[in-house]
Amino acid sequence: MSGPTEWLSVTDTAHKIATGEVSAARVVDNYLARIVDVDRELGAYLTVTSDEARRAATEIDRRRAANQPLGPLAGVPIALKDNVVTKGIVTTAGSKILEGWIPPYDGAVVEKLRAAGAIVLGKVNCDEFAMGSSTERSAFQKTKNPWDTSRVPGGSSGGSAAAVAAGLCAASLGTDTGGSIRQPAAFCGVVGVKPTYGRVSRWGIVAFASSLDQVGPLTRTVRDAALVLEVISGLDPRDSTSLDAPVPRYVEALTGDVRGLRIGIPHEYFDAMIDDEIRAAIDKAKAALVERGAILVEISLPNTVHALPAYYIVAPAEASSNLARYDGIRFGKAASGAKNLFDLYVKSRGRGFGPEVKRRIMLGTYALRSGYYDAYYKKAQQIRTLIKRDFDQAFHDVDVVLTPTTPTTAFRFNSKATPLDMYLADIFTLSCNLAGLPGLSVPCGLTGEGLPVGVQLMGKPLDEATLLRTAGVIESAVGLGTRRPGDRR
Amino acid sequence: MPQLTRKEVDEIAMLARLHLEPDEAKRMQDELGKILDHFLALATVDTEGVPAMTHAVPMDLRLRADEPGPSLPTSEAVRAAPAHAADLFVVPAIIGGGDK
Amino acid sequence: MTELPELLDQWEPVIGLEVHVQLATRSKAFSPSAVRFGAPSNSLTDPIVLGMPGTLPAFNRHALELALRLGVATESKIRARGRFARKHYFYPDQPKGYQISQYDEPLCEDGHLDLILAGDLRRVRLQRIHLEEDAGKNIHAGAFSHVDLNRAGVPLVEVVTAPEIASSEEAAEFMRALHRLVRWLGISEADMEKGQMRCDANVSVRRRGEDRLGTRTELKNINSFRFVQNAIDHEIARQIRLLEDGQRIVQETRLWDAERSTSESMRSKETAEDYRYFPDPDLPPVVVDATLMAGILRALPELPTQCFVRYLKSYGLAADDARMLISDRALSEYFDAAVKAHPGDSSGRMIANWLLTELLGALNADAKTIEESPMPPERLSELLRLVEDGTISGKIGKEIFAESYRTGEPPSVIVERRGVQQISDEAALWEVVEQVVGANPKQAEAYGAGKDGLFGFFVGQVMKATNGRANPVITSDLLHKRLGR
Repeated sequence: MSGPTEWLSVTDTAHKIATGEVSAARVVDNYLARIVDVDRELGAYLTVTSDEARRAATEIDRRRAANQPLGPLAGVPIALKDNVVTKGIVTTAGSKILEGWIPPYDGAVVEKLRAAGAIVLGKVNCDEFAMGSSTERSAFQKTKNPWDTSRVPGGSSGGSAAAVAAGLCAASLGTDTGGSIRQPAAFCGVVGVKPTYGRVSRWGIVAFASSLDQVGPLTRTVRDAALVLEVISGLDPRDSTSLDAPVPRYVEALTGDVRGLRIGIPHEYFDAMIDDEIRAAIDKAKAALVERGAILVEISLPNTVHALPAYYIVAPAEASSNLARYDGIRFGKAASGAKNLFDLYVKSRGRGFGPEVKRRIMLGTYALRSGYYDAYYKKAQQIRTLIKRDFDQAFHDVDVVLTPTTPTTAFRFNSKATPLDMYLADIFTLSCNLAGLPGLSVPCGLTGEGLPVGVQLMGKPLDEATLLRTAGVIESAVGLGTRRPGDRR
Repeated sequence: MPQLTRKEVDEIAMLARLHLEPDEAKRMQDELGKILDHFLALATVDTEGVPAMTHAVPMDLRLRADEPGPSLPTSEAVRAAPAHAADLFVVPAIIGGGDK
Repeated sequence: MTELPELLDQWEPVIGLEVHVQLATRSKAFSPSAVRFGAPSNSLTDPIVLGMPGTLPAFNRHALELALRLGVATESKIRARGRFARKHYFYPDQPKGYQISQYDEPLCEDGHLDLILAGDLRRVRLQRIHLEEDAGKNIHAGAFSHVDLNRAGVPLVEVVTAPEIASSEEAAEFMRALHRLVRWLGISEADMEKGQMRCDANVSVRRRGEDRLGTRTELKNINSFRFVQNAIDHEIARQIRLLEDGQRIVQETRLWDAERSTSESMRSKETAEDYRYFPDPDLPPVVVDATLMAGILRALPELPTQCFVRYLKSYGLAADDARMLISDRALSEYFDAAVKAHPGDSSGRMIANWLLTELLGALNADAKTIEESPMPPERLSELLRLVEDGTISGKIGKEIFAESYRTGEPPSVIVERRGVQQISDEAALWEVVEQVVGANPKQAEAYGAGKDGLFGFFVGQVMKATNGRANPVITSDLLHKRLGR
C-alpha cells in the first residue's frame, strides 16, 4: 500500500500490517515524518522515540515475515502521556522537578501494550502532574488544539488528545483524575475512555490523586478505544486497588443495537450553564439514540452540585501526599546551593513545582492538617459516598447516564483568569471519578466555528461494554465521520 | 471562617516544604482564600452517619506472598540521584535528630 | 546531689514504652525487595523502596501473620477490618515523604504482656500493636549526611504500652519479656544491636499521691536493655531535680547518648510536626478473616510465661531456674523433652540443674547453642536416671556426662565399659572400710579424740580404694559406725 497511513484506525493499521499490505516500518516512518511536519506547530510531543520505534517496527516486520504470531496491536504506533512511566525513556509528568528522569521500569500499561505488539512512538505533553484542564500548566511547552491553534487542546491529557486528533499517532493513552481524558477528547474531537476505578493497573502511572486516577485510551474511533482498552485492562497484583474481574471482548460489544437501552438524562447537568451549540449537538445525539430504539429517562443526581468542592479537597489532599516524594534526593532535580537540609527541601520543591502544583499542594496540606481533617478531607469523602449513592439509585432504573462532557468547547489560551475558572471546566467530569465509575466522551458534531463537541456517557462499575456500544451508535449517527482538523484551514 | 491569614500560608508552606517568594505567598493567600470560600458550601451538607469513601470500588486488601524479588543494582538505585557518593545518597548535614 | 532512690520516696515515675520490632520476613512490607542485615549500602532497594514515581505498595502476607501472632499471644483485640494510613514527614531516610503506618485503626488493641519481676508475674497493659514500615538510615558525615535505604520498607510492629510502668527496672524487664516473646514466636530476631528492636520511652514524674500526670518527655535512641534502665533513670532524676528546683518540664523529645550517659533535647513537641494522617488510598482495608485467625491460633505454641508457671507448679523449680529455661524456646523444649523421657515426677529439678550447669557449661565452652547440642535430651535423661537409681554416683555422672557429650556414646554403655557402677553393697563396702581404718590407726585415733575434719580423709580413702565407685551415703554411714561416731 502506498500513500498516507496516519489516518488509519488502530484496527485497520493492525490488519494491514498483519496481512503485509503495509509494513510496520512504513507506518512508523509515516508518523515520524508527519510529526516533523506538524508537531513543531502543535507541540504535542515532549519526546519522540524514533529509534526505538523503528527498531520495534523492524522486529514486527521480521516476525510477520517469519510467520510468528503477532499481538492484536502489532505495529500500531501509540503515544503515551508523559506521566506514564517508561523504562529508559525520559518521564517528566510535565514537571521541571522530574526533568531528565529516566525510569528503570515500565508501567503496567506499557508492558501490556508492548506485549500486544504496539509501538511506543513517544511521550506527549500534559499539565504538570496532570493538574490542569488546558495543558497550559506543562512546565515545558504549549500544546495547541489541532482544530483551532489559538485554542487549548484541553487537559490534562492535552498532548494525548491533540496527537490522536492530528494524526500524529494511531492512538494514545491518557490519565483521568477528574476528566483529564474525557475533556481533552471532547475538545479535540476524539474518543476518550476513563475506565472503572481498578479496571486498569495504576502501576507505573505517576500518581496525582490515588483514589481517583485511571489510565485510558484516546482514539479516533470507538472501535479503536475498545481494542486498546481490552489490551490494557486486567488484574495487576502490583496495584492493590486493581480489580480481579474478567476482561470482556469490548470489540464484540459494538453491536450497534441500543434497542430498549435506558439512558438517564440528569437534569442537574442540563440546568447548568452550557453553550447553546453544545446543547444542540447533545440533543442530536439523544435524538439519534431514541431513533434507534433507546429510551431516554429523566433522572436526578442531586449531589452533583457538591462534586466540585469535594473533588478539589480530595484530589489536592492526595496530591500533597503523593508529591511529598519529590525532594531532590533520590531522583529529579535538586536546588543548587542549599544551605542545609530544610533549605534543600523547600528550594528544590519551591523551584521544581509550577504554580498550579504548588497551589494544590498547599490546598491539600491545608485540608489534611490535624484539626481540619474531619471538616475537609473526611467530609469530602462522605460526599463522595452521597454522589455514589445518587448513581447507584439512578442505575436501578437506567443503563447509561448521558451528559455533555464539557460546558464549553475548547477555550482560548490564557482565557481562564483565576484557578477557580479553570476548575469549572471539569464540572461535568468530576463525579465519575469521585464515584469510581466508567465514563467516556465521544464526538457528536462540530460547532459553527468548527470546534468539536463531546457527549459523555457514564455507566455502572465495570460496564464499559455498554458505554462503548452506546458510543458506537452516537459515532455512526452524529460523529465526525471523515472530517479532520485542518480541513477548513 | 477560611480566608487564610498570611501566617497560615507560611505555616502550610513550611509543612509542605515549599519555598514561596513573598509575592507568590501573597497571591497564594488570595487564591486559596477564594477557593476555600467556595468550599464553605460543603459544611452545610448533612453527612451525619454517612461513611467516608476511601475506595471508589469496595474491596479487601490482597496479600502478597513473602517472596523476595530482584533488587535494583546499587549503581542503578543511585543513578538518578542529584548527589551521590559511591553507593550512598548525599544530603546536607542533618542537624539535630530524627523526625518521627 | 541527692541520689535517685531517696528522691523516689516523694516522686513517682510514670513510664510508657513504644517499642519497634522488625518482623522476620524475607521481603519488605510493601515491596518484594529482599530483607537482609549487613548488606552493602543501597543494594536492597527497588523502585518501590526508592519511592519512585508510579510505584505502588502491595502488602506482605507474612508480615500480617507475624503481627497477628503477637496480637494473639498478647491476648489483644484483633481488628477484623483495619486500615493503613500515611504519616507524613520529610526526612532523607523516608523515601516517599510519608511512612505507611496505622493510625486510628490499629491491628491490635487492649492486649497485655506479663513480666517476671522478683519471681512473680506482673501484667503490663498494651494500648496497641500496629503495623508499619521502617525507614532507611542516615549516616552523618561532617558537612553532609549519607542515606542508605536498605532498611527502608522493612516491616515493623510498634508495641505501645499503657503509661503504667513504675520504674526503669520494670521498663527493662518489659523489654526482656517482649524480646523473649517475639523470639519465642519466631516473629523477630529482635537483636537490639542490629536495630531489630528499638525502644522509645515516655517518662513523666508526679508527687506521690497526685492523680494528674506530669508533663512527659520522649526518650529516643535506646538500643540495649541496659540503656533502657540508664536512660530512664537519668531522665527521672533530671525531671525531679528540675521540679524540685521550681522549674517546669518542657514537653520534648530527647536523644539518649549512651556513651556520655546523658540525653539532649532534639526538638520541642510544642512546635511538633503535623503528620497529616489519612487512610492510604493505595491500600484497601486489611481483612483478618476466620481462616487466617484459625491458622494463627493453631500454630501458637505454649508461651514463655505459661512455661514459667508450669515449671514452678509442676516441677517445683526455683524461679531463677525456670526463668533461665524460658529465656530461649529451644532450651525450654530441650528441658521438656528431657523431662518427658524421664520417669518420675521429682526429676524436673535435677534435669534443670544438670541442663543449666553441665550442659550449658559445656555448650558455652564450645560456643554452641542448645540446638547444636551433641547430647540429645533423651541421653541427658538416661544419664540422670543412672545417677538417680544409684547405678553411678553424681561425681561419676559428671565424668560420664563429659565423655558422652564428647563422644556421643550412650551413658549406659560408657558406664558398663568403664565398670564405674556405684558399689552400694554394704558387706562389700564394710570390708573396704575395715581395711582403710585398719591401715590408718593414727588418724582413727585422732578422729575419735574429736578431730572431725578427718572424716573427709576416710571418705577419700574409701573412694580411692574403690576408684570412686563407693556409694557416698552408705560409705558415710558405715564409716560413722566403724569409727564410733
